[in-house]
Amino acid sequence: MNSPRFELTRIPLFKRVVTSRWVPWLFMALTLPIFLLAILTGLFGTPAGSRNFGIIFVWIVWWALVILVMVPFAGRLWCAICPIPAPGEWLQRRALIQPRAGGKLFTLGWKWSPRLNNIWLQNISFLAVALFSAVILTTPFVSALVLLAFAALALGVSLLFERRVFCRYLCPVGGFIGLYAQLAPVEVRVKDAALCRTHTDKTCYRGSDDGYGCPWMVFPAALDKNTYCGLCSECLKTCPLDNMGVFLRVPGKDLQTTKGRRLDEAYKAFIMLTCALAYSIVLLGPWAALKETAYAVGAPAWFVYAIIFLAANLAIVPGIFLACAWLTRKISLHKFSLRRTFTEYAYVLAPLGLAAWAAFSLSFVLINFSYAWQVLSDPFGWGWDLFGTANWTWTPYFAGLQSFLQIPILLAGLIAAIGMALRTAHTQGVPSRAALPIVAFCAAFTMVLLWLYV
Amino acid sequence: MTKAALSYRHTHRFGIAASAVLLMLAAILVPLPAQAYTPRAHTLQINARAFAFEPGSLSVRRGDTVTLVLEATDTVHGLYVDGYDVNLVAEPGKSATATFVADKEGKFKFRCSVACGALHPFMIGELNVEPNLPFVRALLLTLVGGIGALAFFWK
Repeated sequence: MNSPRFELTRIPLFKRVVTSRWVPWLFMALTLPIFLLAILTGLFGTPAGSRNFGIIFVWIVWWALVILVMVPFAGRLWCAICPIPAPGEWLQRRALIQPRAGGKLFTLGWKWSPRLNNIWLQNISFLAVALFSAVILTTPFVSALVLLAFAALALGVSLLFERRVFCRYLCPVGGFIGLYAQLAPVEVRVKDAALCRTHTDKTCYRGSDDGYGCPWMVFPAALDKNTYCGLCSECLKTCPLDNMGVFLRVPGKDLQTTKGRRLDEAYKAFIMLTCALAYSIVLLGPWAALKETAYAVGAPAWFVYAIIFLAANLAIVPGIFLACAWLTRKISLHKFSLRRTFTEYAYVLAPLGLAAWAAFSLSFVLINFSYAWQVLSDPFGWGWDLFGTANWTWTPYFAGLQSFLQIPILLAGLIAAIGMALRTAHTQGVPSRAALPIVAFCAAFTMVLLWLYV
Repeated sequence: MTKAALSYRHTHRFGIAASAVLLMLAAILVPLPAQAYTPRAHTLQINARAFAFEPGSLSVRRGDTVTLVLEATDTVHGLYVDGYDVNLVAEPGKSATATFVADKEGKFKFRCSVACGALHPFMIGELNVEPNLPFVRALLLTLVGGIGALAFFWK
C-alpha cells in the first residue's frame, strides 16, 4: 500500500547527523551518566522520593519525555540513545565509535531460542514492574535496584548473545515503545525494494566495514513496521547502495494492514491499556486504601490486589474484548477464527492505549515536574544547592487545565481507534458494522477514563 | 471506483467531517441548562495522614462558599486544590483553614503539597463542584466525535 512519505535523509544536514557514528555515541555518553546518577542517588540518597534525583528524573522527566514526546512523534528514538544497553554493546563491539572490520561482534554467539522469538517475556517483565509500581515509582532504593537489574541483565545478555537481545526480547519498556512506535510519523525504510533484491551481500543485516549488522536482528530490506526498528541507523551506514532512508509518513501507517498481527503483540496492547486504567484508579484516584494496599507488598491484602491486577490484565479486560470479538465474528458470519478476529482487532487498542497513557501521565507529570528543579541542585537530598534551585517551592504546572488537555487526547485516541477498527473490518473483507462491538469497547473505555479524570 | 464516485465520496466525507467538527464545537460552547439553586456555606473538615485524606471525596454545588479545615494527624501535610489555587499547610495539632467560593464546576483534585513520604505524590482527593458540566460536555464530545468517526470511516 502506497501512502505519501517524505524522505528526511534527502536533507543533507539531517543525513549527516543520522549517519554520523558520533551522534548516537554522544547521546549515550550523555544519558549514561544521568542513568548512573539515578542509580547512585537511589542507593545512597534520601529515601524521600520527591527529593531524590533517581525518582524524579526517571519517573517524571524521562517518563514524560518518552510517553508524551518521543514515542508519539519519533517512535523508538529513545531506544537509539538509551544508556542501558550501551555498556554491553560497547563490549560486544570492543569499540566506542568506529566499527570493527566487517562489523564483527565479540560474544559467545549464543542464538536466541526461536520459541522465544516474540514479546511474551517483555509482557511478563512489564507486568512484573507494573505490579510493584507503587513501590518502584516512589521508593528510591527499590527504583535503583530495578534499574541496576536492567543494566546487569542487559550487560550479561550482551556477552552471551549476539546483538541487542535484551532490547528486542526482554526490556519491559521496549515492548510498549515498539507497540506504540507503529503510530509514529517517522520510519526507517528502504527507498527502492527492487534495488535491495539485486544486492546479495545484505550488509544491512550482516554488517560491513562501515557499520554493524542490524543490532535489532531485523532484516532492514524487509522492514515494514516500526515495532522492532530501534532507529539506530546502522543500516543507513552499512548500505553501500544508499538505499535506506528516514521518512516522514502518515502517523499509524504500520497499522493500516493486518498482515503479521500476533497474539503476543495483541496482549501487549491489553496489558498497556489495562495498566493505564489501573494506575488511573489506584494511583490517581481518591481511594487511599487502594494506594496503601498496592504499596504494602507482601501483606495479605496486597496478594488480593496482585491477583485482581494480574487477572484484570490477563483475563478480565482481554475477556471483555474477546466477547466483543465474538460478536464481531458473528456479524462477520464467522469468516475468520475467533483467535484471528481477537488478535487482529486488538491492535486497534494501540492508539487508544497511547492516548490513555498520555492522559494519565499528564496528570502527574505537570503537577510534579517542579521537583526536577530541586533535585537538579540537590540530587541526593543531602542539602546541596548546586544551581541555586534546591529550595524552589513545589509549583504544580497547569493544575486547573489538566482535564482540558486530557479530553482532546482521549478523543483523538478514540477517533484513531474507530478508524482502525473499521479499516480492520474492510481489510478482512467484512462489512463496517462488524467493527461495532470493538468500537463500543473503545468508546466505553474512553468514557470510563473521562469519568476518572473529568 | 470511477472518478465521479471517488469525487462524491470525498465530498461526502468532507461533509461528515465538517458536520462532526461543528457538532463538537456546539458540545463545547452551547450553554447547558442549569437548575435554580441558592448557594450555601459549607465547612468541610479533612483529616490528613500519610498518605490519605479523609474524606477522600468532597461534594459541593457551584456558587457555594467552602471553608476547608485541614487537620494533620501524624506529620505535616498540605492540601492544594487544583484549579482553585488554594493551598493549606497543617502541623499535627494545628489546623489550617481556607475559605473560597466554588465558582468553577467540575472535578478538582486536591493533593498533599508538603513532601510527606513515599506515596506523597499520590496522596490525592477529589473536590466535586456540581453540576459537573465539563464531564457532561466531555461525554457529548466523545459521542459526537465517535459517531462522526464512525460515519467518516464507514463503507
